[in-house]
Amino acid sequence: MDLFFAVALQIVYGIANLALISLGLAIIFGMMRVINLAHGEFIMLGGYTVVVATNEGVNIWIAILVLAPLVVGIFGVIVERLLIRWLYGRMVDTLLATWGLSLLMIGLVTTIFGASTATTISPPLGVISIGEFTSSGYEVFLILVTVALLVLVWAVLKFTKLGLVARGTMQNAEMSEALGVSTSRIYMITFGLGAAVSGLAGGLLAPITGVLPTIGAVYIAKAFITVISGGMAILAGTTSASVLLGGVNGIVDFLTGPTIGEVALLVTAIILLRLMPRGITGTWFRNKL
Amino acid sequence: MTFNRRKFLVGSAAVALAAPAVVGRAMADEIKFVSILDQSGGLDIYGKPMVDATRMAIKEINDAGGLNGSMVNLKVYDPQSTIQFYTQYATEAAVGDEANVVHAGITSASREAIRPTFAEFETLYFYNTLYEGGVCDMNNFCTGSTPAQTVEKLVPHTMNKWGKKVYIIAADYNYGQITAQWVQKYVRDNGGEPVATEFFPLDVTNFGPTIKKIQAAKPDMVMSALVGGAHVSFYRQYAAAGMNKSIPIASTTFGVGNEHKLISAEEGEGMICSYSYFEEIESEANKAFVERFKAFVGDGAPALNELAARAYEGAMLWAEAVKAAGTADRMPVIEALRGGMSYDGPSGTVTIEPKTNHALQNVYLAELKDQSFNIIETHENQPPSDTLLVCDLVADPDQSTFKFENGLEAAGIKL
Repeated sequence: MDLFFAVALQIVYGIANLALISLGLAIIFGMMRVINLAHGEFIMLGGYTVVVATNEGVNIWIAILVLAPLVVGIFGVIVERLLIRWLYGRMVDTLLATWGLSLLMIGLVTTIFGASTATTISPPLGVISIGEFTSSGYEVFLILVTVALLVLVWAVLKFTKLGLVARGTMQNAEMSEALGVSTSRIYMITFGLGAAVSGLAGGLLAPITGVLPTIGAVYIAKAFITVISGGMAILAGTTSASVLLGGVNGIVDFLTGPTIGEVALLVTAIILLRLMPRGITGTWFRNKL
Repeated sequence: MTFNRRKFLVGSAAVALAAPAVVGRAMADEIKFVSILDQSGGLDIYGKPMVDATRMAIKEINDAGGLNGSMVNLKVYDPQSTIQFYTQYATEAAVGDEANVVHAGITSASREAIRPTFAEFETLYFYNTLYEGGVCDMNNFCTGSTPAQTVEKLVPHTMNKWGKKVYIIAADYNYGQITAQWVQKYVRDNGGEPVATEFFPLDVTNFGPTIKKIQAAKPDMVMSALVGGAHVSFYRQYAAAGMNKSIPIASTTFGVGNEHKLISAEEGEGMICSYSYFEEIESEANKAFVERFKAFVGDGAPALNELAARAYEGAMLWAEAVKAAGTADRMPVIEALRGGMSYDGPSGTVTIEPKTNHALQNVYLAELKDQSFNIIETHENQPPSDTLLVCDLVADPDQSTFKFENGLEAAGIKL
């Protein structure tokens, strides 16, 4: 029984992990139809923000929850103004441009911090026990933050004026413009928010996975698969795809091993996209957020 | 003078035909040393210090007047942790650069991608990385430590200390797979029980399910052959779940990427590792080497480990052989190396063993304390007895194979 709860917690953590690394990408993709291939490096940048800040003596919670999203969010706005806004509506060109950006960021960070960084920050919460099994308290914290983040994004989109205008722009950009909405500004803010969420994800993961200049490559593929499997709806898509793919991955991983676990995740995504080419939210949960 | 297409073609053809002769003559004055090691991508934590050490070795050789009156010209390629680039650069080094020697490869996957190229083009090849053993190739010198040197010492020591039930985790490619089999063999040979063996693709960062499985299996110790930057997260998550206090870890891969500097002191405390070199070796030769390396690289010099030290010693072994042979030509150098060539380096004496083209070398066991390794056991002049089981280049010199390609049992070794 203890084993069941311990494994269940682990699977929920896997799902939350997937949702966390995908949400920033989903916001940018869902709102702007821009696939940000530098997404993994945004996460990496969030991680480095936390490492640098804690080494400078900043409280680790402030570094993770405030500085990481703030720094990466501002970076996102700069990237949007300098690079992305010239390429709206040109999907392939944005792919190439953001891929180039990702290589540039890896190169810059390697030049500044070296190939392997001393990330001596440890997960700041203690150990929790379930019977004879132990888990990191930080994993539970990560699950809670992910849920809170999803609720927050939902509330912003649903109840604020910014959310209303953003949803309008998402549905029909020309009509919104005709009604006096500055879509260019909305895109800038959206991109910044998406980047901030990626930065927060990177900050949260830094103590538990460590930070390297090339760590983004580990996240981008999974985030990409999750977002494509989820479809256009930002929250419903990310959540449903994370639950499905993370669940399959976690269960198969525990039963067989990590290699087959990864295979199972990918096979599930392939079958899903064969049956629902527009992702889960292309068939179910349509017109949801 | 009119210049038409016919004249142009005739003229340029003449230049093209003459060029190799001119270039060939110019090259004869210097010895070409090519290094192909990952300096970017996931494997750069291993490759960068190796390249630094190689540069230092070549600089020291040239500062001392070169070899037989010729300077050594070092060319470094960065295959970016991508196997395709390895094969491309290997061909370029062999055919384009006409290298006298190539020192290349970090993962066993990369070695097996390029080894046939060097055999085909008869380009002398050094592989200076610790690996799973089993290469039997006249043209290829493997100077790194192998499981019979490290795992064979590490397993009995840690089993005596911690207990007989061993949980094995390893990276999912030929190195990890074969090393895991060696661990299983040595655990059984010493009367222990390998309770489970798990393999991880190189990009796995969530080790939660495995940590739960380890908790359920209740082993006495965990033996890790994890590889690369992403896998460092295992040690953090293991510590975050409080496991490092209850079930200790031993490893023959932790530390060569300077992982002990990447995780915090508490997270790594008490781990036991085995290599043929540690920066902490207390010899005059090593202290001087460490000092020279830090001065050579300057600020931000990485910690030294077996990979970097052996990249240096491998280059020096080759240089000694070139001096002894009086030429940098391939066959005389191979013969000089196989005549029991040895080099006294920072790790101790490294001697080429002619049946396998591997190295006799010192092996150290060390315990991690406060982010540095405390050496607890030294075994001098250890033979590569794993590869010796399957390879005899003295009896049959005309070989270029990887004997453990299909695992140990296929090579006739009982697990």
